[in-house]
Amino acid sequence: MIKLKNVQVKVGNFNLEQINLVVSKGEYTVILGPTGAGKTVLLESIAGLHNVYQGKILLDGKDVTNTVPEERGASIVYQDYTLFPHLTVKENIVFGLKVRHMARPKITEALESICGIFEIQLLLKRLPGTLSGGERQRVALARALITKPEILLLDEPLSALDAESREGVRSLLKNTQQKLGITTLHVTHDFEEAMSLANNIVVINGGKIVQIGKPTEIFYHPSSEFVARFTMARNIFAGKIVHQDAPRIIFQYNGIEISVLSDKTAAQHAVIRPEMIQVTLEKPMATPNTFPGTVKSIVDRGANILLTIDCLPEFECLLPRKQFENMTLSTGKQVYINFLPSSVHLI
Amino acid sequence: MPKFARKAGVFFIRHRLQVVFSIFSLLIILFVLFPLAKIVFLSDKTALWQSLKDITVIKSILLTLYAALITAVIGFILGVPFAFILARYDFPLKGVVDGLINLPIVVPHTAAGIALLFVFGRNFLLGKWFDSIGVHFVDSLAGIIIAMLFVSVPFLVNSARDGFRKVDVRLENVARTLGASPWQVFRRVTFPLAWRSILAGTLMMFARGISEFGAVIILTYYPMVTSVLIYERFASYGLTQAVPIAAILIIICALIFIGFRLFLQRDKKRD
Repeated sequence: MIKLKNVQVKVGNFNLEQINLVVSKGEYTVILGPTGAGKTVLLESIAGLHNVYQGKILLDGKDVTNTVPEERGASIVYQDYTLFPHLTVKENIVFGLKVRHMARPKITEALESICGIFEIQLLLKRLPGTLSGGERQRVALARALITKPEILLLDEPLSALDAESREGVRSLLKNTQQKLGITTLHVTHDFEEAMSLANNIVVINGGKIVQIGKPTEIFYHPSSEFVARFTMARNIFAGKIVHQDAPRIIFQYNGIEISVLSDKTAAQHAVIRPEMIQVTLEKPMATPNTFPGTVKSIVDRGANILLTIDCLPEFECLLPRKQFENMTLSTGKQVYINFLPSSVHLI
Repeated sequence: MPKFARKAGVFFIRHRLQVVFSIFSLLIILFVLFPLAKIVFLSDKTALWQSLKDITVIKSILLTLYAALITAVIGFILGVPFAFILARYDFPLKGVVDGLINLPIVVPHTAAGIALLFVFGRNFLLGKWFDSIGVHFVDSLAGIIIAMLFVSVPFLVNSARDGFRKVDVRLENVARTLGASPWQVFRRVTFPLAWRSILAGTLMMFARGISEFGAVIILTYYPMVTSVLIYERFASYGLTQAVPIAAILIIICALIFIGFRLFLQRDKKRD
């Protein structure tokens, strides 16, 4: 278990402030935030690589705030190129056992078992420079896990990989973590990566935690405009509640009225995720939140199509490719959009 | 206009920067190599042979190599940790310290010798203390070594510091979290990754030690290192006596350098 109590860290001009965080044993937690938010500093602080200015870090109930990194039992895996370039794959993997002066037969045994998990037997004699991105990351994970750490710290482990190997390493991460039950803290700026791996997501910005929750909570109920934007909610309208008849609310933005189902009594923003908006050619029958508009732009994103529909405010909608093709949409075309009152989240 | 001239004109216009820069480069290469080559190839072969049989010359060459070697070893032991500190840690006045270490390169070496005399001379500070334990810095091997050390250590520190800077700190971080102590990290990760720069710096230091004259002559005229011997022969007997020894010293330095280059290249290929 990882527990951070009011942790404050200063690195140069950057400050991590008042970090309170609990990661339960065996849980996979993702720290999500933009570049420069302090994610890596947070991870490195847990690993013991930065001095904690204030507060406490507990690993499995033990106060390790002033413990040196080599005695914390927390292995870190960075984004790229952090295999020791002068050592072979095998020497890289057994590094952690060698520095602990483990007996040779035991090292061989541990090496065999970890190679089985990560399927890297054939790479052992090679130098890191000759490996592909995916292979490197598998070796780095094997090296981190062979020492049987209590905690695995991953710093953007998928960012340097191409789409295909990213998929492979992602499922490898998930499966190994579940198999070994190792407490994992994974840092990323990629929201989809966080959604697909995390039991819990911690959103961090400017050195502060801004929201902690299950992936669906972060996804559907962002606590602030920042989180909403960062999780690609896209349709974020600043306005006010004009009518309230709990749980029915009318939220007004720039003259248009949006029906909302919520128990909130005050709100400045209404958030509607782009994939929650239906686009139709015909006017749907008497549903609330139906607005006519014209297609302003079409962005092809492969599996999905991102449409901007001008209905006075602009709405961004995400359509599955198949549906888009069936509708034969083009810019300038008249359409209707509608969304359920329960799909609107108020902040 | 003949075809060739037109082609040359086009070539010049397309590559004028390279052409102009190449001419300047050629000048500087000639300026450095020509005198060295001339002294080696035009010196009288019998005189060269005579010098090689001269016990004073042999003794002085061996003394020079020996002193430069000890200097390089001392420089390595003291300079590598300093270079590592400069590369890895921030401390007050770091910029000043980083610049000051290069002072020995810019001050006149005779002035450096006199400055050293003020500290290590028998009547001064450290000199007095060393004198009490039987180490003298004037007219002795120790004097040669401190003179060589003073003027050559910046080469090692600069090179090693740059080498350490090139090693990704994250590699050291990973090693720590894998259970390695700071000493183990240095021995198994940082040093092996920076060793090429460190070796290059040590060799530069060694070579600089061999060629040092100004600071050495102030502290130690006798026993004579080769550069002092060349000067002495030149001053007492003129050019003919000085040339063969100069040629020998140049050949030795060139051989060390070529050997080192070949070694580094072979090692690079292996990587």
